[in-house]
Parts: sequence; C-alpha cells; structure tokens
Amino acid sequence: MTTAGTGEDRAPLAAFESVGVRAGRRWLLHDITFGLYPGEIVTLVGPNGAGKTTLVKALLGIIPITTGRILRPDPSRVGYVPQRLFLDPVMPLSVRRLVSPACRTPAPVIEAALRETGVEMRIDDPVSNLSGGEFQRVLLARALLRNPSLLVLDEPAQGVDYRGEMALYQLLSRLRTERGLSILMVSHDLHVVMASTDRVICLNGHICCSGEPRVVSVSPEFRDLFGSRADQLALYAHHHDHCHRSDSATEPLCPTCTPEDKTP
Amino acid sequence: MMPDDLVLRALIAGAGVALVSGPLGCFVVWRRMAYFGDAMAHGALLGVALGVASGAGPFVGAVVFALCASALLARLAARRSLGIDAWLGVLAHGSLALGLVAVSLMATRVDLMSLLLGDVLAVSWTDVLVILGFSLCTLGLLALFWRPLLNATIEPDLARAEGTNVAAVDLFLMMAIALTIAIAMKIVGVLLVTALLVVPAAAARFWSRSPETMALFSALVGIASVFGGLEASLFLDSPAGPSIVAVAVLVFFVGLALRPVFRDQPREETRS
Repeated sequence: MTTAGTGEDRAPLAAFESVGVRAGRRWLLHDITFGLYPGEIVTLVGPNGAGKTTLVKALLGIIPITTGRILRPDPSRVGYVPQRLFLDPVMPLSVRRLVSPACRTPAPVIEAALRETGVEMRIDDPVSNLSGGEFQRVLLARALLRNPSLLVLDEPAQGVDYRGEMALYQLLSRLRTERGLSILMVSHDLHVVMASTDRVICLNGHICCSGEPRVVSVSPEFRDLFGSRADQLALYAHHHDHCHRSDSATEPLCPTCTPEDKTP
Repeated sequence: MMPDDLVLRALIAGAGVALVSGPLGCFVVWRRMAYFGDAMAHGALLGVALGVASGAGPFVGAVVFALCASALLARLAARRSLGIDAWLGVLAHGSLALGLVAVSLMATRVDLMSLLLGDVLAVSWTDVLVILGFSLCTLGLLALFWRPLLNATIEPDLARAEGTNVAAVDLFLMMAIALTIAIAMKIVGVLLVTALLVVPAAAARFWSRSPETMALFSALVGIASVFGGLEASLFLDSPAGPSIVAVAVLVFFVGLALRPVFRDQPREETRS
C-alpha cells in the first residue's frame, strides 16, 4: 500500500458485494457492488437522499446492512470525518484533547498532525469555539493520528469557503501521495471532484454510473443531470448500461439518472 | 459539632454516593439525560413497592424498575410520535403515581416520607459498606473505560467507526445510573435523587476546562454538599435530603456568579 494509483488486480481495501440497506419498507441502497483499492481516491456524488451517507455509514459499520456483504478494513486503521458534527459546549473539551487518540500521545505528534491540517494555532482552544472549516480540519487531524489506511470523509468541504475547500482537497491529494492511503469521500461540489479524484461513483439508491472524471464533457445528458451549473462542473466519462423505470413520482434529475422506485 | 456514630455513618454514606454520582452525573449532563434520571427515580419507587410486596427486596425492585423505566423511555422516545417530554410525563409520573398507590395498599408498612425525601440518618454500617463498595467499583470501571465512555459521548457514530462498542458503553452507563439512583434514594429520596446527579455536574461545568476536571469538581461539589447539607440539617432540624440538595444548588449559583471567564462560549457562526 505504498504506491498511489488504482489497480483492480490488487486486493481491495474495502469492498461491497450486492449490498442493500432497508429502512422500514424503503430501500435506501440496493445492489451496491464496488471495491476500494489501496491508494485510490473515490468520490461519491448524487442528489440529496441518494444514500451517500448511508453507504458511508454501512462501510464503517455504523448502520447494519440488510442484504449482501461488506469487506471492511480493521476499525483501528480507519479514519472517519463525519458530516458536519457540532459539538455540544456542555462538555469542556480542548482541541488537543479531542485530537489525541490515547492519553499518552506526545505533544509534538499532536502538534504535527494539527500543523498538517493547518489548525495548529487552535490547539488549546475549546472545541466549541471552532468554525465549521476548522472543526473539520481538527477531525481530519484526529483521523490522521490513528495512522489510517482508509480515510472516509462525509462532505468534508461543508462550511468551508472556496479557498479553504481548494486547500482541503490539495491536502487530501498530498496525503494520498505521501502516505499511500485510500480516500472515500462524499461530495456534492462536483467542480472540486475533478481536481483530485481517481474515480467518481454516481449514487441514486443504486450505483448509477461510475468512472474517471474527465475535463468538462459537453454531453447534454450531464448538463441535464447537474442543471444550470453544468458549465462549472467536473464531469466524467462513463457508460450507462442500464435503464431506469420511468414511472417514478420523483422529479427526475436527468434522463439517465432518474430516481427509481427503490424496489430491487 | 462533634459527629456521633449516627452522623458519621450518614456522612460516609453521603460522601460515598456523591463520589460516584459526581462523575456519573457529568455523563447525564453531557448526554442530556436528566429526564432519564427522573424516569428512573420514579420507576424506582414503584420498584420498591413491588420489590417489598414480592419479597425480592426494595433494592432489587428499585434497580430493576429504574432500568425498565429508562429502557422503555429510550425506545419510546426514538419513535418521535410524541416528544421525549411528553413520554416522560406519561411514564415517570405514571410510575410515581402507581408507586404511591402500591405503597399505600401494601400490607407491610413502608415509610413513604423516607422513600420520597430520603432518610440518610437511618443508614446502618452495612449500608455504608455496600455504598462504599459500590461507589469504588463503579469509579474503577469509569476510570478503566474512560476513553470509550468519552468517545461514545462525544459522537457515537465516530466512536462506532473507530471500533468502540457504543451499545455496551450505553448499557454500562444506564446500569450504573440506575444502581446509583437506587442507592442514592436512601440519602436524598425519590423526588430529589436526580438533583444529586445533575446539580454538582452542572456546577462543575463553569470551572472546568476538560472532561476529567469536570468529573473531579463534580464529585467534590457533591461531597461538600453532603457535608454542608447534613450540618445544616442538624443545625436547623430540617430534613437531610432536601438540605443536601439545597446546599448543592447554592454551590451551583455561587459557582456561576464567581466563574472564571473562559473563552468557551460558542461563536455565532458555529451554531447554525
């Protein structure tokens, strides 16, 4: 796991095999099959309610799956940055404390991790004083201190301004190169998906399509998928090898990626 | 005032309970579980009545019913068809009412006032030993599992992803709180037992910059309240339980007024 890049011939770090997740009578996810390979950056995209966070939580063992199988890496080698976590100021907690994985983590190690994510000046601040972007960087430092082989980030750029966002993705890209770790992230900011991802998975209850991101495609169906923002979006080349049912009540996002009735 | 045997037992028993209710109370406050405390305490009263009636003993009944009440409340609250406050109103007060009815109907006379308000001056040396044993064991377990307990409290999903058994942590905390309530009933009674968990922890919050100092200060505030409350109760001839809680509340307000200015007020933009 030292070299970057994808290689389907190698053993996957994590893998989904026809995974389905049902909540009540509704399938949040179904027929999910994909592998995550060492040194790879994979981004999940899809409309709201597409099951992106559900997929991440299933991978991490936070929620149970209804069908299928998941190959998971050991929890001690997984770093997780959840979606916009807001810490209750009822518990007094300093950044240093939140970040340290064990009681006896040496101060220089903690400082180095916070420097790596660019929030070292916040080390002695209470966690409740952090802004959204700082908070996510602190959580990233916490994840890194666990020396993970897989980093999972759910909407890491939420509450971060544009410059901070670019810096964050550059940091992730560097971490992949330097440490050879795999990164799975959820994003709806497609224009940054472009910058630093090896593979994009478009999710809508099931995997609609997946492929390498490419320079903006002018294909009309993707303009439809992402609406008027299409011009600034990173689009990716892939093939649709399936059809969706058209009797869905939900407004379709595009002719090819319509939400279906979620019964597998 | 020179403490005689009676007061000495009361002091040790009270301090023993405060020693563990302080740190446990922090978890109650951090997890916003104060209402669970009330449901457990009121369920415990019904448990005492049924425990005595069935011959299982008041303590066993109190623990079992405290756990039942909290488990039921947790399940029902997750349904969201009614708010947690409404479920609490139904369950906690329902079991309080049922408990009162059951106590009055029982053949064995149970002193209702001592159940409701506590009777710390009636503890025996055996009670003192049980209380000390329980609080030292619970403190030991809290210290041993401090990290997972904190992680599961800070953010359960993150803790789960990192391999913490959150369900086991939650169960341990529930059991510890139920046992503490069943034991502390003797000291401050059903009506005020939640205060022994919540008030010292809340008072400690203003003076703490880490979870550990908050747990420590909470235990100290609790012990000081027991000592002050017992002194006050001997001096004023007031009931001991309410006097202990009154002193704790006094400490809370004095602590609030004199609190050091920490820069830990949440900024507006982080609240959205």
